[in-house]
Amino acid sequence: MNKNSKILLGNEAIVKGALSAGVSFVSGYPGCPAAEIGDEFGKIAKENGVYAEWSTNEKVALEAAIGASFSGLKSLVNMKSFGINVCADSLLPLAYTGTKAGMVIVVADDPSCWSSAQTEQDSRAYAYLSHIPVLEPSDPQECYDFAKLGFEISEKFNTPVILRTTTRVAHQRAVVDFDPTSNIQHQTPNFVKNPHQFCTMPPRVLEMKKELLEKIKKIRQFVEKSSTNKVSLKKSSGSLGIVTSGVSYLHTLEAIKELGLSISVLKLGFFYPLPEKMIADFIKDKKKILVVEELDPYLEKEIKRIAKDVNPKLQVFGKNLLPEIGELDSEKIALALAKITGKKFSCQSGISLQLGKLEIPKRYPKLCQGCPHLYILSVIKKFAPDAIIGGDIGCYMIAGYPPHNIQDYLFSMGASLGIGHGIKKATNQKVITLMGDGTFFHAGIPALINTVYNKSNPLVVVLDNRITAMTGHQNNPGTGKTGMAEDTTELRIEEIAKACGVKHIKVLDPINMQELEETIKDFLSKEEVSLIVCKRICALLAKRQAKE
Amino acid sequence: MLKDRLKNNSMEKNNFNIIIVGIGGQGLITLLSIIDEAAFVEGYDIRSSELHGLSQREGSVEIHVRFGEKVYSPLVHDGQADLIVGLEILEGLRAVNRAGKQTEFLIDGYYSPFIGSLRKEEILENINKIPRDKLHLVEAVDICKKELGNEVVSGIYLLGYAVNKKLIPLKRESVLQAIKNIIPEKYLELNIKAFELANYDK
Repeated sequence: MNKNSKILLGNEAIVKGALSAGVSFVSGYPGCPAAEIGDEFGKIAKENGVYAEWSTNEKVALEAAIGASFSGLKSLVNMKSFGINVCADSLLPLAYTGTKAGMVIVVADDPSCWSSAQTEQDSRAYAYLSHIPVLEPSDPQECYDFAKLGFEISEKFNTPVILRTTTRVAHQRAVVDFDPTSNIQHQTPNFVKNPHQFCTMPPRVLEMKKELLEKIKKIRQFVEKSSTNKVSLKKSSGSLGIVTSGVSYLHTLEAIKELGLSISVLKLGFFYPLPEKMIADFIKDKKKILVVEELDPYLEKEIKRIAKDVNPKLQVFGKNLLPEIGELDSEKIALALAKITGKKFSCQSGISLQLGKLEIPKRYPKLCQGCPHLYILSVIKKFAPDAIIGGDIGCYMIAGYPPHNIQDYLFSMGASLGIGHGIKKATNQKVITLMGDGTFFHAGIPALINTVYNKSNPLVVVLDNRITAMTGHQNNPGTGKTGMAEDTTELRIEEIAKACGVKHIKVLDPINMQELEETIKDFLSKEEVSLIVCKRICALLAKRQAKE
Repeated sequence: MLKDRLKNNSMEKNNFNIIIVGIGGQGLITLLSIIDEAAFVEGYDIRSSELHGLSQREGSVEIHVRFGEKVYSPLVHDGQADLIVGLEILEGLRAVNRAGKQTEFLIDGYYSPFIGSLRKEEILENINKIPRDKLHLVEAVDICKKELGNEVVSGIYLLGYAVNKKLIPLKRESVLQAIKNIIPEKYLELNIKAFELANYDK
């Protein structure tokens, strides 16, 4: 077979890898830095005989893929870091049942929070919680190779496999060699009843746990032999070694090159299960080991544990020299290596412009020209200055940046209302919650039902800009189009609110600022929960549609 | 060509490192893709790193391109840049702290102020502290608006300028080929024009 060669984004390489592995079913929820995977599948699914959807949230996305897997179709699920929290409830039992056809779950973390509110989460921890194998690619080529390998392992051991990327992997471009994807055979779907495998009921559930732990033992043997874990510069006989994974591997090689050192590096493709024998072999003759990993020190802890048996005198460096907050780069690693080796490293920073005292003000992201949210934020700021404003996940969290500065709390998808209800139950203060259309469908509805059922009265403002905008304009249940741009039922937020028992509902165009103002004043005095749907298309999308 | 350029560098290395800064929405990723592709056409190893999402909404954006014989890290660390391209003047100034002694600056004089922003005179005063032989201050947005009626291609104009002045070790033909490979048909003519506009002495 002829190899093709092309510059690909990490996310594009994952798509190619999954196609090459024969994926038939793709589901997910858009989030940075993972969204291009679902976007790309939405475009190319039909011509490749694949089904692709944007699901309502990550839990539903995973469940859809589980259904497909149980029916014999290979599936890919894509989400950002926090998505794995949302789907965890079904992820854990999936490890117990195992998959039928192969399944790869892409989880994209965002060290440094370039495009993430909430937290700087290290999703690798889910490996321990769920006992699901985790692969960590470091560049687009590995995104392609590991996506394929993920399906291979999944098929071989009937386990889902997590492909964990980070921003600098998912949004890294490099040349990728890949196989042509024509003539890929898809399986014929058929759900064969097998409650023994698919029901996690007691007493069977504990039996399943035993099977899972045995399966992990077998996978561990496979991992020991896997070429994804590799030692570079084997001949380097120095007493110092480095253990690393993901994009940190690339920064490490750069740092070693810059310092002109020769250090042996163990690069781990598998985060879970770890090739413990391979690690033991690597560290047993060393005096010092530097563990280079972003965010939490999981590898460092494991290596310290393994060292206790094979090399108790080993000095293990990690988070004592490298930050636990923010992404790494070659400079940070070179500085750590310089400290250990006594080698001099000074980066050639600064052309000494004497900018010393000059503070360059931060340029915050802002709402686009003509953005419908601008009208809403300005009316709320002017006419409800005392209200507590609950923020949510979407472009409108810019409400928390200058010049708006009106966001009083921000958590996770749908939390504006969940928390708003709690504040209303606890106090007599006015609460306005801001939630987009995508977020309303994702996690807003249970919170809305809770406010009605438990009798509190925040004012819910739904900023319905007719699209999931922030992550790159993905369709959602309110747009009347699916992820593959097919026509579908257009769900109306006001009708859902009505069915949830909300008595005061108004749909308006937010550029009618007077109507918005009057409605806000009126609704803030209501005894029951009230809801305004501010319906106007995203300005950027309107501009784009006009061009086409 | 790369080797000639690297001979002039104080650092002993075999990669060319670019930081591109600007404001989300200015077409930074398109510019990055074209440079990547042109370097690929010339047979170099490439790695680049970009940002999507919230930062795209008119906030500060910084992206990195590296090419050469063998590139490891996709990030250019402080002091490592050979070229800093600023698509807006304040963002160009912000990147000064990322520069090293060898860094050349190609900055658009285009000024997009915001509440609390520095005044343009203040920015210029500091930008002009960059050694003369390292600074190229060009009015790319103004020129593109005037000549092409479209400012969105200002980055492509700057790329043309960089190739013309040999600030970037890539051949004109490879960049043109890259533009053809990357830009959709209906915007191709506009982009080629923007590129050629700064490429006056062909």
